[in-house]
Amino acid sequence: MTGTITFRRKAADRVMKWVFILCALLVVLPLFLIFFDLVIKGAKELRWSLLVDLPHPVGEPGGGIANGILGTVVITLLTMTWSVPVAVMSGIYLAEYGRGKFASAVRFAVDTLTGVPSIIMGIFAYVLLVLPMKRFSAWAGAAALSMIFIPVVVRTTEDMLRTVPTTVREAALALGIARWKATLRITVRTAWPGILTGILLAMSRIIGETAPLLFTALGNQFWQTKLDQPMAAMPLQVFTYAISPYEDWHDKAWAAALVLITMVLLINIAARVLTREKR
Amino acid sequence: MALKTGRNPKDLAFEKASAFFAFVVLFLTVLLFAVLLRESLPALRKFGASFVVSGTWDPVADRYGALPFIYGTLVSSLLALLIAVPLSVGAAIFINEFAPPWLKSPVSLLAELLAAIPSVIYGLWGIFVLVPILRDLFMKPVAKYLGWFPFFKGPVYGPSMLAAGVLLAIMIIPFILSVTREVLATVPQRQKEAVLSLGGTRWEMIRIVIGQHCVPGIFGATVLGLGRALGETMAVTMVIGNRPEIFASVFQQGYSMAAVIANEFAEAGGLQLSSLILIGLLLMLVTLIVNLGAKGMLSRIVARAERGI
Repeated sequence: MTGTITFRRKAADRVMKWVFILCALLVVLPLFLIFFDLVIKGAKELRWSLLVDLPHPVGEPGGGIANGILGTVVITLLTMTWSVPVAVMSGIYLAEYGRGKFASAVRFAVDTLTGVPSIIMGIFAYVLLVLPMKRFSAWAGAAALSMIFIPVVVRTTEDMLRTVPTTVREAALALGIARWKATLRITVRTAWPGILTGILLAMSRIIGETAPLLFTALGNQFWQTKLDQPMAAMPLQVFTYAISPYEDWHDKAWAAALVLITMVLLINIAARVLTREKR
Repeated sequence: MALKTGRNPKDLAFEKASAFFAFVVLFLTVLLFAVLLRESLPALRKFGASFVVSGTWDPVADRYGALPFIYGTLVSSLLALLIAVPLSVGAAIFINEFAPPWLKSPVSLLAELLAAIPSVIYGLWGIFVLVPILRDLFMKPVAKYLGWFPFFKGPVYGPSMLAAGVLLAIMIIPFILSVTREVLATVPQRQKEAVLSLGGTRWEMIRIVIGQHCVPGIFGATVLGLGRALGETMAVTMVIGNRPEIFASVFQQGYSMAAVIANEFAEAGGLQLSSLILIGLLLMLVTLIVNLGAKGMLSRIVARAERGI
């Protein structure tokens, strides 16, 4: 009698172990499938001309996504020029000075922004910039993206600064350094690799964001470097090509996606390697 | 004596400067709500509460109701949870309790990479790989034999509520997985050892420990995943079919709140624009409540674990 019970319990243990293994396999399977398809289907159109040429009209062979690559770089850098200072300084405030009601309100705001769907940030930038300017623009795209970028970096900056031991701050102050100098030169510098990782991770995220750009930067078939004009971006090109009815555009979508994911993952992995070495 | 802040004028200036930037963040957040509220007022005044219960979305007649989109967002997100939660929990248990130590960091790295893939790439993969596979290997046979069941009724086109749900599941698994792993890790080692030392099998240990400790945490992870799924735009837009109607069958096309904004916003004006912004406002509020709820739940669990209970 006890024998069968033990047998049943052992069998249940075995079965459940395999169920868990199956779950783990099913979880990683899509990742392999996605990368496999990206490489196989993306490589078909992956030529030098893809990176340096403008898009060609449907049916005409060749053509590239160069304007999208440029647009993505421009919009990303534009976003970061004002978002990095705002976010890092806010993070410094929260970690070094932030007590009381104002700081809690800012923290709550940051938490709130982190959870807002990215397309909402597109609406925000549309109402504030596209409507008054009466045109879609790189400015509006960057404004939408900065609403995604800022909260993420504020959070990591605060968290990273909090990992710096109080004794380090006290030691700096005990040497007679002014507090602001101690904060910047000692505390922020100690936490800097972590902050930089946060900045790079946020950057890799906004590079791939599509929804906030749909009705802000809008996209463009041509070269455009004026910031007050509609601008192409790689994720927008992936989207437009993917939902188009043309076969050769589908191939372009895969190739553009391969370029995009390469950029995103390179920055993402660089960010992780950076913190690993410093530890 | 000079250590107190505010004495040194430069210190004061630095503190004020950093406080100013923090204020900018707060201001932007308030502005976001104010802008969305103000721009959605025309639609709110015109349709009132009927906006969320009306199923007509007719730009020609200028009548707007959001029900099909709300329905699509909810159903696709719930389908995603139905698939993602059991898989994530199972995988988390495998990684934490069964996997050899050398396997742990590659698996978490893979999960993090999954989370880093832009959603438009999921959408692309969804259109050309996932939808055909689902259509030919799952939806067609099921619709053929179980089509009498309203949830599985044909005709099968491919883009559908189910496709959106499966794709969303793949996208939210990394988040649920990592939170579940953290929750599992809060279980005190000695409790696990206690079960094992009494002769329990590993599965019995897991069942007891999860039942005792991890159910609220897993629920929190689920809600967090829901928050992600509700606001997801591109991937859903690309596979859900974009048809503003309500079908019981998950094989039929649908539409979601984020998707209708993505598709119609750039060309909308007047009342249609205002209605789209109202949908955006509703979506934002729901997502916020869900996210803050999940965060509150999870932080309470972490606090409890830190106190060692």
